[in-house]
Amino acid sequence: MTSMITVRNAAISFGKEKVLKNVDLDVNEGEIFGLLGPSGAGKTTLVKMMAGILEGDQGEILIKGQKVPSLELMKSIGYMAQSDALYHELTAKENLEFLAAIYGLKRQERKAAIQEVLEMVDLTKHGDKVVSNFSGGMKRRLSLAASIMHKPDLLILDEPTVGIDPVLRQSIWQELRKLKNNGMTILVTTHVMDEAEKCDRLAMLRDGYVIACDTPEKLKKNQKVDSLEQAFLAYGRDEK
Amino acid sequence: MKIGAVVIRIIRQLLRDKRSIALLVFAPLLVITLIWLVLDGDPYEPKIAVENLPQPFQQALQNELEEDVVQMSESEAKEAFQEGDLDAFVTVKNHLPYVLLEGSDPTANSAVMNVIQNAFSSLSRQNNVQPAVEYYYGSDNFNLFDQIGSVLIGFFVFFFVFIIGGISFLRERTQGTLEKLLSTPIKRWEIVTGYLLGFGLFTIVQSFIIVAYSVYVLDIWMAGDFWQLSVVTFLLAITALTLATLLSAYANNELQIMQFIPLVIIPQVFFSGIFNLETMAEWMQVLSKFMPLTYGADAMQEIMIKGKNLSDLWHDLLILIGFALLFYVLNIFALKKHRRL
Repeated sequence: MTSMITVRNAAISFGKEKVLKNVDLDVNEGEIFGLLGPSGAGKTTLVKMMAGILEGDQGEILIKGQKVPSLELMKSIGYMAQSDALYHELTAKENLEFLAAIYGLKRQERKAAIQEVLEMVDLTKHGDKVVSNFSGGMKRRLSLAASIMHKPDLLILDEPTVGIDPVLRQSIWQELRKLKNNGMTILVTTHVMDEAEKCDRLAMLRDGYVIACDTPEKLKKNQKVDSLEQAFLAYGRDEK
Repeated sequence: MKIGAVVIRIIRQLLRDKRSIALLVFAPLLVITLIWLVLDGDPYEPKIAVENLPQPFQQALQNELEEDVVQMSESEAKEAFQEGDLDAFVTVKNHLPYVLLEGSDPTANSAVMNVIQNAFSSLSRQNNVQPAVEYYYGSDNFNLFDQIGSVLIGFFVFFFVFIIGGISFLRERTQGTLEKLLSTPIKRWEIVTGYLLGFGLFTIVQSFIIVAYSVYVLDIWMAGDFWQLSVVTFLLAITALTLATLLSAYANNELQIMQFIPLVIIPQVFFSGIFNLETMAEWMQVLSKFMPLTYGADAMQEIMIKGKNLSDLWHDLLILIGFALLFYVLNIFALKKHRRL
């Protein structure tokens, strides 16, 4: 199995606070990989480092064998932040057009790509609406559309389903599986246990360390517990 | 390509944001109009004192005034000037009418001269006699709005572009779109350039409207060329824009942008030519050399009042462009805070 993301010995601190202390991680190509941990564990920091926005104090991150950060790599990464990074004055289509141009999609490709992703997130009817009139869920879906329009090899989603109703959450996960089946590698951060269950493999992050990394089933089995929550707590105890 | 995308996006955003456009264009117009109303308002009723005037002339003068003219000696009149009770003193010196104006208030000066001219023309036989005019304070003979209006145009353009530019660049950060942008292969200089060009288009329109309004509607004193004045206004706006986007990197919210106003904008008012710099302390004069508005306002004054051309003002223009370039480059570096590449 080839590795999509390799994190070696990564550490970062903001001021005196060490957010990531010594992280090693491997994400395989074509899997949905979950990053599970309580808020403040350093999930967002770690994915921002993978996306090339932040740089660590030590260690290295390789994506497809290339060192991060690199502008070239950014073309093949889709990043969806926690907040909906949308221009509220623009319509859904205009938002997508803008990002399509930034990602260097050719004029002819743009229209088709926009149409395709709008369909995927079920916003075709709302393409010409101004985003400020969108509901929270619609904005979330549009953000997702904006992150996959350039067909990245790696999709990084930071808490993609926060504040989203169960029905919509279901449909987003269906989309993610579809993308996975098309060969996309997906990395999702979450602090919700039932969402973590849906990942192929999981890394549990706590206080700046990866305390465990395996498939959800094995994580539970290793600690002889029934739920991921219990597994998480058990691994936390082992660490101490 | 990417720059083009940023430019188009900004234009679209601004066109949807009617209030910001209004603030860019109509707020300066409104404020300049208000000042014009205050400084250029109702005819002023001057207080005039006379000594040894021929009876017919004194009568003619009195006819022009609502208040009585007062009899005073020249030294009494000067005392009254110092007290601020009198606008002018009229007498006869060397067989010619002589007018001493208080001089510190252009509105009063022109009112006095108006009255005296009217009085003269009502006495047909003395039609061709011109009075000798002297000033007790100052020596300007055009109105206050003409004098500081040029500076005010510069200032308000600077002020409003600063606010809009600063806040919209800040918003890019607070709404998370800057982070999104920085996760794409766009380069930092492409973002800054896109912003500059997108907003630049609006400031061209803004400069043009404000200058046209001031010159043709408010009828401000304009000795120079309209287009050349628009160029200077535009340069000043671009400087304000680059400064605003640079400083917005150091603000975390809209309120903090506002907090830059007393620090960055207000001091420039005092050094830009509304107040006479030569009377200030040396160190304050040096301070003014570091302020873009000093050069913009100076260039505008030279064009509007003295009718100079851009070629005479290359010194001012070069420094303004230099400021804009400096802020632009610093801004590209300031974005490093958010992404090294």
